[in-house]
Amino acid sequence: MNNDNVKELEDLVELSEAVQSMHEDGLRDNIVKDIYETAEYITKKVVTKKSQRKADIHKKVDDILTSRILGYPIMILLLGIVFWLTITGANYPSQMLASFFFWFETKLTSLFMYMGSPEWLHGILVLGIYRTLAWVISVMLPPMAIFFPLFTLLEDLGYLPRVAFNLDKLFKAAGAHGKQSLTMSMGFGCNAAGVIACRIIESPRERLIATITNNFVPCNGRFPTLIALSTIFVGGLVTSRYSTLAATSFVTLLVIFGIIITLVVSWILSKTILKGVPSSFTLELPPYRKPRIGRILYTSLIDRTIFVLGRAIVVAAPAGLVIWILANVMIGDMSILNHLAALLDPLARTIGLDGFILMAFVIGLPANEIVVPIMIMSYMSKGTMLELESLAQMKELFIANGWTFVTALNVMLFSLLHFPCGTTLWTIRKETGSFKWTLLSALLPTAIALAVCFIVAQGARLLGLV
Amino acid sequence: MGLTCESCGRGVLKKKFNLKCGEEYVIALAGNPNVGKSTVFNELTGLRQHTGNWPGKTVVNARGNYDYKNMKFLLMDLPGTYSLLANSVEEQVARDFICFGKPHATVVVVDATCLERNLNLVLQVMELTDNVVVCVNLIDEAERKGIFIDIRELESELGVPVVATVARDGKGLEELKRRIFNVAVGIQTPSSRKMKYSERVEEAIREIEPKIDKLLKGKLDARWVALRLIDGDKTIVDAIHEHVYYEKAIEIDGRR
Repeated sequence: MNNDNVKELEDLVELSEAVQSMHEDGLRDNIVKDIYETAEYITKKVVTKKSQRKADIHKKVDDILTSRILGYPIMILLLGIVFWLTITGANYPSQMLASFFFWFETKLTSLFMYMGSPEWLHGILVLGIYRTLAWVISVMLPPMAIFFPLFTLLEDLGYLPRVAFNLDKLFKAAGAHGKQSLTMSMGFGCNAAGVIACRIIESPRERLIATITNNFVPCNGRFPTLIALSTIFVGGLVTSRYSTLAATSFVTLLVIFGIIITLVVSWILSKTILKGVPSSFTLELPPYRKPRIGRILYTSLIDRTIFVLGRAIVVAAPAGLVIWILANVMIGDMSILNHLAALLDPLARTIGLDGFILMAFVIGLPANEIVVPIMIMSYMSKGTMLELESLAQMKELFIANGWTFVTALNVMLFSLLHFPCGTTLWTIRKETGSFKWTLLSALLPTAIALAVCFIVAQGARLLGLV
Repeated sequence: MGLTCESCGRGVLKKKFNLKCGEEYVIALAGNPNVGKSTVFNELTGLRQHTGNWPGKTVVNARGNYDYKNMKFLLMDLPGTYSLLANSVEEQVARDFICFGKPHATVVVVDATCLERNLNLVLQVMELTDNVVVCVNLIDEAERKGIFIDIRELESELGVPVVATVARDGKGLEELKRRIFNVAVGIQTPSSRKMKYSERVEEAIREIEPKIDKLLKGKLDARWVALRLIDGDKTIVDAIHEHVYYEKAIEIDGRR
């Protein structure tokens, strides 16, 4: 019995080798062709097509949106429109919220005075926690409440897969996976969510590339920073009539710069430590769908806006407390905050920042949302007391502390490129299961941020701009 | 019913695919990627699912249970593939399960909006087994695009039961379960359309099919194996080695 089986198998192997010559003259192609022809024959018999104008319109729209020439400009234009609506729309409610919160702060202060509470308690609760929260909410809430519904609308319409289709070629050329553009889009919402979305990439090599580079798209925690700074510094460069347009274009440029960095880093990674060939995949474009307004508002406002804001508040409240303590506990004749800032100052200066800014980024590790509030608080604690009720006053505060256009540019670049926030790092650790890759995901962006800011700062210095 | 692994010759299911094959019918679920296969799977099995890996492969496998007419059904979700020509690990896994696992029925989920491309897989599955049920999914989306499919005509062309569904809304799934039941239990014996190839291929088949039949003695469909060899499929001999001669092969190794 056993011998028979051995014989059978050996004969089979022999037979298969004998047949080898057969398929060399194209029999394999014949088999496939025959199957295709049969499928075509059956399809013709059972399928009737009524020329539906709707399907034709879909195809025409797709031809335009994913065309070689128009694809990218349309993409950039749409991105620009979304930012423009966000910046224009967020300005007024932001100021309203801010003035409301600071009106309420004076009431709170009077209440504390009336109750005769000690100075430090008022400091911690009102100037520390409350003020930070007020800033986070009034700066973040309005842009998010506009940006997220718009982004969800594009998602619901079916535009995002077209973005992936457009970018597919670029990512392939960078040795990465086409789906990376989708995980990148998720990163606009939240980098931690973007990192989790990398699961859709099957190949471990390409998944790692997507994970490490996800940080280069600004999440909503960094958008308000970019939007606020480009509104006051870039928008301020031109006449007020074009200031929104200038600010919008600049934020769009920053995002494109982030995407270019993503591609460059992906390419470098795929040529060095993550060598390999990009795996192919078939991207199917789903049909355009009529957006469901109710669902868009629900997912964008409840799932995203409130969720992100809630997280920011949870992180910002204790951070406000810590910063107030750092700013008010004195060692010698300087606060701890000033000591730390002085320590970081030399490094910060070479990359066009100052000690307070760099420290804000470091302390802001738990959440990017609180970086600007930390800067404001630390500047204010130096004695430059200001009632911060509008972006204009924020600009005055920054300029009073030695900011120039180049400083603002470097802050934006650093914010775009620096290490991911604590939540994202923790997610990377969980997703990759490796401390080594997590460390690289933190160090690589930081090194790039330092290098880019160094080049910009030194370049500006050489050109005599500062 | 008295249906066991041994009695139905499905011992290989237990051995190779880690299936607990008791008094239940094993149904394979195949289909191209993005045709709503997972939706069909989820709608049929609900929360009674397990996931794991295919033995020795880094391909995820999902299986789930459902009951119909007091019978237990075990649904195996095969990887989404465009063909069974073993070009990738996924295609190999799907092929091996249908070929060597011998499920009681194989459901092929197809996308109504692009039937032609999906039929390639249906034709290839039907070369392996007669017990096929075709599930034409996304029928609503197709109609919106102006594509209408004559289900009865498709059924007579293919020779196997065809069910139109909108899995997302649960439409047509009762009918699908009924047709799966009929095929699996043997109430209905489909006679699936067999591919006829062009003369050069048929000639090659005629040349080697008898030799293969002599070797395999009906353990596998000789015509199909002949086609694979003509195809130049490197994996098929290994697969036969592994699945058909598995135990014996180990003894041989031990003796040498």
